[in-house]
Amino acid sequence: MLEIKNLHARIGDNEILKGLTLTIPAGEVHAIMGPNGSGKSTLSYVLSGKPDYEVTEGSATFNGQDILALAPEERAAAGVFLAFQYPIEIPGVANMQFLRSAMNAQKKARGEEEISTPDFLKLVRLKAPDLGITQDMLRRGVNVGFSGGEKKRNEILQMALLEPKLCILDETDSGLDIDALKVVAQGVNALRAPDRAMLVITHYQRLLDHIVPDVVHVMHKGRIVRSGGAELALELEESGYAAYGQDAA
Amino acid sequence: MPAVQETVERVRALDVDQYKYGFVTDIESEKAPKGLSEDTIRYISAKKNEPEWMLEWRLQAYRRWLTMEEPTWARVSYPRIDFQDYYYYSQPKAGPKSIDEIDPEILKTYEKLGIPLRERDALLGIENSGGSKVAVDAVFDSVSVATTFRAELASAGVIFMPISEAIREHPELVKTYLGSVVPVSDNFYATLNSAVFSDGSFVYIPPGVRCPMELSTYFRINERNTGQFERTLIIADEGAYVSYLEGCTAPQRDENQLHAAVVELVALKDAEIKYSTVQNWYPGDKDGKGGIYNFVTKRGDCRGDNSKISWTQVETGSAITWKYPSCILRGDNSQGEFYSIAISNGYQQVDSGTKMIHLGKNTSSRIISKGIAAGHSENTYRGQVSAHRKATGARNFTNCDSLLIGNQCGAHTVPYMEARNASAQFEHEATTSKISEDQLFYCLQRGLSQEEAVALIVNGFVRDVLQQLPMEFAVEAQKLIAVSLEGSVG
Repeated sequence: MLEIKNLHARIGDNEILKGLTLTIPAGEVHAIMGPNGSGKSTLSYVLSGKPDYEVTEGSATFNGQDILALAPEERAAAGVFLAFQYPIEIPGVANMQFLRSAMNAQKKARGEEEISTPDFLKLVRLKAPDLGITQDMLRRGVNVGFSGGEKKRNEILQMALLEPKLCILDETDSGLDIDALKVVAQGVNALRAPDRAMLVITHYQRLLDHIVPDVVHVMHKGRIVRSGGAELALELEESGYAAYGQDAA
Repeated sequence: MPAVQETVERVRALDVDQYKYGFVTDIESEKAPKGLSEDTIRYISAKKNEPEWMLEWRLQAYRRWLTMEEPTWARVSYPRIDFQDYYYYSQPKAGPKSIDEIDPEILKTYEKLGIPLRERDALLGIENSGGSKVAVDAVFDSVSVATTFRAELASAGVIFMPISEAIREHPELVKTYLGSVVPVSDNFYATLNSAVFSDGSFVYIPPGVRCPMELSTYFRINERNTGQFERTLIIADEGAYVSYLEGCTAPQRDENQLHAAVVELVALKDAEIKYSTVQNWYPGDKDGKGGIYNFVTKRGDCRGDNSKISWTQVETGSAITWKYPSCILRGDNSQGEFYSIAISNGYQQVDSGTKMIHLGKNTSSRIISKGIAAGHSENTYRGQVSAHRKATGARNFTNCDSLLIGNQCGAHTVPYMEARNASAQFEHEATTSKISEDQLFYCLQRGLSQEEAVALIVNGFVRDVLQQLPMEFAVEAQKLIAVSLEGSVG
């Protein structure tokens, strides 16, 4: 489903991805772990098309399509979703309105019919309670005044509504207490599906207790340096990233 | 088929009303000689069948105007205006013969705004084989609605008519109130307007009457004929209420580059006036050439105790906007409000704001201004809040936010505050921000296009003000904001 080959990318003069190769088949959840500065977040931005990140070499295809050639919103419509490490606030735009605009923009881009207001409300009412999203949070400005946990849950709600094909979760566990972590993990697990691939980026093993990955990759200096099963995460938890030349801190 | 029958009847009714209310203007172009002189003013006054006192009023204004100088303090620049190079009176000109003669860009904008075809044709002033009646047919829906409404207004005792009619039919009211808020000598453009004003609306709401509808639909049609020097006078007598909507979201073509309107509002004891504007005059081409110069004086007088005047404006058009809808808070406990969205793009220049003059006791005012600058535009908020020494307990809250889109525009805030008594409380908040790359990317990642994202973020930014607009207007304004900012990013 997702195939990345020898990907090189830089921001300014600083090369961050240095020949990354990674394949995620449909239906699988892959975790990427690694020390700070190894390029984990950069990978998520490059895949989702954030400006200022320049790909200098290599390729990334998604269902055979060259996603690097698409504009960010086209990637979104093709099914690429990034759950942000730091979700952005948009004052004055009601969360609900934002969700619906996003959903309809994607539908429009795919040539599908827009969702009607009643159907949309029904859908939100169906999905929001499991994530502990209150009416108040839906009415407030996007992420405005949300706690760290609320922001992350809101990201997962968006994911649940937009039903992407490739979910990239960038340090979704950061800033979450254990209860919030469980809620988020449940939300993510509910979205695991045979036609959906997930890329879970995390620094700590703890998230992977709750979202058990099929494959764990260790990233270091812009490349995948080791891959293994879920047990690799446990091993890293014990030995740290020291073996890769850096502290876990 | 009853619908057809009804249609036919309405058209018939319209013809009568058209005549009676002076809407049908001779389509052949008729102009006063170029330039401005006492003769021009006599010509205008005669054309309008005005009584002697009105002519005298105009002439006085003209003599005064000759002694005045064009103001230069606003943060706008434009080539010097040669006031002798303009026509000061012309009957509505014959418009383009068909839709093919209209700039396709304007047509595209109309489509995006969802303006009905017939209304669109009327706004563009398109004629067809039907001759002078076409404008009426084109806005038929609105006109017929207005006609029905007029009966309802009359039964409530509300007077609503072109000011040229009111001068003849209600001279006592016009004499009492005209120039009582914006004096003949007020400022260069207001004085010019007093001398040569073409037409505008007159509204009188009798004591204790709550005007049964928003005065809007009617005005849209009316507006076409008001010309470049519009003059509007609205009086809410004791305990009366009226909500008045001016303008239209559709971009308006106009042959006249110079516009200098005067709007006067008078609220007597316990009365309330809500005045909403959407201004979308032609802003000029992509290099900023040919746009409208809009020099407007709008002022409301809270003349009685407990009265209230509220201005809401959405300004998106014109090459130059020079406009400060103000409130004189004369009555005790009177309230003034100013809610504004001013959007500039391309090479537009906006210098707009308000004045809140606190004279009575325990008066309060509220100013919420949202300026959005994109392209190469300059957007200035200029506001004055003052409390007279007798205005004990005066309160003001000002919130003035600017949003920049891109790196070549400018936003400026120029507040003046003056309190002459110790009990006045003035609060001023101001922010300037840019749409951040992060906000944009967040929206794009969720599937919104660049333009949709900007529109969404800007609509969020102006939400406090949009909420002040009457419902249907707010929806239109929201679309308009999106259209005005197209091409501003990327």
